Amino acid sequence: MQGLRSFIKTFLLWELLQGLWVTLKSMFATKITLNYPEEKAPQSSRFRGLHALRRYPNGEERCIACKLCEAVCPALAITIESDVASDGTRRTTRYDIDLFKCIYCGFCEEACPVDAIVETRIHEYHMEKRGENIMSKDKLLGIGERYEAMIAADRAADARYR
Amino acid sequence: MWDWTPLRDWISGYITPYWTTPLLLAVQTLIVMISVILVMAFYTLAERRVIGWMQYRRGPNRVGPWGFGQPFADVMKLIFKEIMIPADANGFLFRVAPFLALVPALALWAVIPLRPEHAFANIDAGLLYVLALTSMGVYGIILAGWAANSKYAFLGAMRSAAQIVAYEIAMGFAMVGVLMASGSLNIGEIIHRQSGMFGWNWTWLFPLFIVYFISGVAETNRAPFDVAEGESEIVAGFHVDYSGMAFALFFVAEYVNMILISTLTSIFFFGGWLSPLDGWLPADSWLAQPSFFWLAPKVFFFMFTFLWLRATFPRYRYDQIMRLGWKALIPVTLVWLLVEMVMVYAHVGPWKGFP
Repeated sequence: MQGLRSFIKTFLLWELLQGLWVTLKSMFATKITLNYPEEKAPQSSRFRGLHALRRYPNGEERCIACKLCEAVCPALAITIESDVASDGTRRTTRYDIDLFKCIYCGFCEEACPVDAIVETRIHEYHMEKRGENIMSKDKLLGIGERYEAMIAADRAADARYR
Repeated sequence: MWDWTPLRDWISGYITPYWTTPLLLAVQTLIVMISVILVMAFYTLAERRVIGWMQYRRGPNRVGPWGFGQPFADVMKLIFKEIMIPADANGFLFRVAPFLALVPALALWAVIPLRPEHAFANIDAGLLYVLALTSMGVYGIILAGWAANSKYAFLGAMRSAAQIVAYEIAMGFAMVGVLMASGSLNIGEIIHRQSGMFGWNWTWLFPLFIVYFISGVAETNRAPFDVAEGESEIVAGFHVDYSGMAFALFFVAEYVNMILISTLTSIFFFGGWLSPLDGWLPADSWLAQPSFFWLAPKVFFFMFTFLWLRATFPRYRYDQIMRLGWKALIPVTLVWLLVEMVMVYAHVGPWKGFP
């Protein structure tokens, strides 16, 4: 009896029709894909993207060349050289991040005692020439200046949990 | 032939009357071929979009509005790719195979009556022509697999050959059923013998309709019967070694065949260009008139079903294909032919007026 029933079910393509019904329903379901450049997925304020070096509101560089970030970096992506600046403070003369080595773990940001090196939520960038992967101090400071409002807002949003 | 007077007048203004008819035929053939290939181009886009929708995706929608430029972008890409010919391949067969696949697919459109009473070649043995040419297409596949001198291609070709042999029989028997219902091999006559939405062949020959469509899917090497291509098993089957436009020709052939099987299914079982509202509406209303615009939706529905099947079912195993072909479809058609014989003998259903 069981055999006969399953034979009839197979013969009438019952399970195949069920499958067709599932695909037909999903054809009219809401689509998961986002139309990327026009639509974007929500992003956390903790997003770890392109790096930046920050300044204090009075324009003074935050970085004090303590080299904690260089020491903590698991990918050895950061290279720092330091010297005494004209005002007698200790400053970096070279602060390079190799973006090809960087694994965007965020340890440098966590290690920094003065919140100088940060990872912003910028993730749409690319390199076209050899050497553009090295983020020099100038470039990092430039990004920090341009996006200071966003960086500060993200740090403020996360401050309670740090 | 579709004797369109304005075109005939225009052509005969330039050349001698002797050449008018051949030229008229050539122009019309070109028009139909270009339209078929355009439909095929957008069919590839429709396939990607429909399967995308069925998988909660959107499908390609970047090139032009709704992605309508996508087929042309694909063609441009393929045109500029180099056509590689493997060193150990049989050069002549390797070059000829794509055309052997494509030409029968396009030649079949000669007997298809797209508009009421208008086929290019309104031949009496139209059904036999269809049966013969659909089987021709497999030579392109087998020769492509053989000529490439590659094991994967050869495996794909052998699978395709065995599959076509198995399903050709079921398909032929389904056509015999249609032939018995209409009493004619002429395709226009087959359409005329069907009347009223529930008097079309699909009601009385429902099992044959299912068998015909399944065999049609197998015949065109489409999922779930695409073992000849079998991306996950034998890379790309018979066309592994093809690139550029040579590769594209196989795809054109495959998609044109799909459109063709859809058209034949709607002609044999769904009344072709007959109106489903015929008999319910006054006979002089244009909705009740037979026209191309009743054929097109039927064809599009079956074209959609091809994509629908592909999005739904996983690929059959080779032995399962053979079992389905020999042990399910052929017995079903034979039994139904027997039933039909009894019906014809007893004059039930559409055979009431049979002599």
